[in-house]
Amino acid sequence: MGVEITAPVSCNSCGGQIEDAICGGCKSLQPPGQLDHFARLGLSRDFAIDGQALERAYFAAQRRFHPDRFAGRGAKEKTFSLQHATLINEAYETLREPLPRARYLLEIEGRPLPGDDGKTIADPELLMEAMEWREALEDAAPHDLPALKAKLDGELTAVEGALSRAFAGHDLDGATHQALRLSYLSKLGAELRRKAAPRIAVP
Amino acid sequence: MLLDIYEPGETPLPHAGDSDRAAVGIDLGTTNSLVAVSVNGRPEILRDALGDGIVPSVVAYLEGDDEPVVGRVATRILEQEPELVVASVKRLMGRGTGDVASVGGHLAQKIRDDGQGGMVRLDVGGRIVSPVEVSGEILRTLRQRAELVLGKTVDQAVITVPAYFDDAARTATRDAARLAGIEVLRLVNEPTAAALAYGLDQGAEGLYAIYDLGGGTFDVSLLKLEKGVFQVLATGGDAALGGDDFDRALAEQLIQERGGGIAAGDVKPVLAAARRAKEALTEADTTTLDLEFGSRATRHTVTRAGFDALIAPLVARTIAAAKAVLQDAGVGPGELSGVVLVGGSTRVPLVRAEVTALFGREPLSDIDPDEVVALGAALQAEALTIGSDTLLLDVVPLSLGLETMGGLIEKVIPRNTPIPVSRAQDFTTYQDGQTAMAIHVVQGEREMVEQNRSLARFVLAGIPAMVAGAARIRVTFTVDADGLLTVSAREALTGVEARVEVKPTYGLTDDEMTGMLRASLENARADVVTRLLAEARVDGRRLILALDAALAVDGDLLSAEERAAIEGAKSALETAMTGDDREAVVAATEALEAAGRPFAERRMDRNIRRALSGVDVSRLESRLQAG
Repeated sequence: MGVEITAPVSCNSCGGQIEDAICGGCKSLQPPGQLDHFARLGLSRDFAIDGQALERAYFAAQRRFHPDRFAGRGAKEKTFSLQHATLINEAYETLREPLPRARYLLEIEGRPLPGDDGKTIADPELLMEAMEWREALEDAAPHDLPALKAKLDGELTAVEGALSRAFAGHDLDGATHQALRLSYLSKLGAELRRKAAPRIAVP
Repeated sequence: MLLDIYEPGETPLPHAGDSDRAAVGIDLGTTNSLVAVSVNGRPEILRDALGDGIVPSVVAYLEGDDEPVVGRVATRILEQEPELVVASVKRLMGRGTGDVASVGGHLAQKIRDDGQGGMVRLDVGGRIVSPVEVSGEILRTLRQRAELVLGKTVDQAVITVPAYFDDAARTATRDAARLAGIEVLRLVNEPTAAALAYGLDQGAEGLYAIYDLGGGTFDVSLLKLEKGVFQVLATGGDAALGGDDFDRALAEQLIQERGGGIAAGDVKPVLAAARRAKEALTEADTTTLDLEFGSRATRHTVTRAGFDALIAPLVARTIAAAKAVLQDAGVGPGELSGVVLVGGSTRVPLVRAEVTALFGREPLSDIDPDEVVALGAALQAEALTIGSDTLLLDVVPLSLGLETMGGLIEKVIPRNTPIPVSRAQDFTTYQDGQTAMAIHVVQGEREMVEQNRSLARFVLAGIPAMVAGAARIRVTFTVDADGLLTVSAREALTGVEARVEVKPTYGLTDDEMTGMLRASLENARADVVTRLLAEARVDGRRLILALDAALAVDGDLLSAEERAAIEGAKSALETAMTGDDREAVVAATEALEAAGRPFAERRMDRNIRRALSGVDVSRLESRLQAG
């Protein structure tokens, strides 16, 4: 999919035809266009993302559009660069972690994750699994926590793999199921960390 | 003539070749300020004829004189005529009249209250000045020094602020620069500037912690450095902890050794003596000092070990804050590539030892900790005017949110979110026919409104009357690259809009802020309980409102006994809501719901009948004829 430019676009400053966010003629910055988060960072739309590649793409984009690059320019270009940088940050924040990334992918497929759109989750197998995990965490003594954490980490890795496969095969039902699992497993992970290492209190 | 060739997008800006103008870096500190300039990536502090780079942040307003005196001279006047001199004004930046009580101790002036809850004003020997004006005088002096040394016009600067400065204080700093005729190219966080000074010098890569202990504030930031990118991962600190507290601890000990008792006028000399002893102990293991006041002279010996014991609890607080920042970023001390020390107070040997122990490595300190921030600011000023490959990616230091029903906070932008950022959240009306919505913007980490800093209040009016919950009000928070916040609100159906650039209305002192930060960590658990209670109260209130509205319309459906039962359950709920027992509120809410259920069913029946029989026969006939 992606966004295609269907008509020639003219430069916001000199009126010349442009093919890029920075006008080839007068070098002035253009307002940001409507792009999905992947396209904004120049990545292909895919759940499986290399963290280092994402970071490189993010840094490269900010290097090009950050307001610091346009400090000496006119008000219009300053505003555009602020808009660009804001959207780049939003893309980075969304794609950085697997859960928001999966959620976003489902959203742009028109399949928002249940629970996000006010609907309740009707997946008895999933609810049962979640309950078992919760009980295991509640019953765990401090010395059980490392083993439980290892099991949870293994599960998280497996879910991410399953999500990659589901999205690659365009299996949106499967992706939804796995994203919901990732959602509650992530919550469990946060609780487990709190239980294992309570927040440091500054005296 | 040779032509310079530049990479695309890196053409020098028009006035880069402008040899009669320069952009500088300014460290506007609580105790001392400095100005520096960078040429070809080599920053340098601008010094006076005696080689002194430091301008004490002290301003004296002499009688009959229009031009105030700034710096060393003002410091000397401070000892003779303290009422004419303003020091440590940075602590008052962005503060309202309501929140200076606890910082008032640092000031010899009366605080003037204009009765409007606006910005603090100081009465300095009869002259009324605001903290923004006082800071403006310091900046004007720095600007004059730069112009004198460089022989150029200086009207652009990068100014540093503590990472923990909130929105109001940042805005006040910008305003002060404007008064001094300086265009702020960018407000840069002090720890980030320090990292810049080190990073560019040494081409460093990896994770770095910046430990910045100044005279009155403590900041700790975690940065990722990679090929010229400075990405702030997390930041934290204590806005009211610094070297001044070390002096105070030692001074108290000295007064105790003398057998206690001191007149107010003698406090400053004792603090000064304590400060000299502290500085001596950086090199020496023991030092002696003489105190003479209250018609008694005493001699005191202070050992390094004794001093260390006095300040150990204060240093421990900084170490705990540093650990919390590492935890925020999910980074272990062993994963760091280096630790940078900033601020004069990091010369204290115990501080160095504790920092070394925490991070398991010797901290970097080869750049003078008093100068490193100004040097970094100068580098960034050069980068912004001449162009460079360096990129600073900073974060929101404290969470930004809105007050919702029951005094709760809805966080819209959590702390450590990269800036610039724009986030929107939808809210709705709470009561039928509500036509306006008060928007209260707050900053802080706690769950309840009154525990955080209030930044601004505004009202979105002109919402069309609808049933509760039907309006869609989208509130958008936008933080720019300087960390400055704008909030706008828009009702989706009508497009009614309201917008506010967040200006300080009133706020809190550094002490309060520290208290809040610390409390947010300690009270995370207590907050959850408070939040649940507040939510239960909101549910109860909503039920009572709905029931009252229904009773007003269809009260005739109930017998006297039924009505009494509902009223009884209602007053039981009202009583429970005044208490602190969440379970009791929930139980009373459920009881009222149960009591009202038959009433609700009867209302439903009546409404259905009304819908069916709402049209009388004659009108039905006339409609049929018309059709």
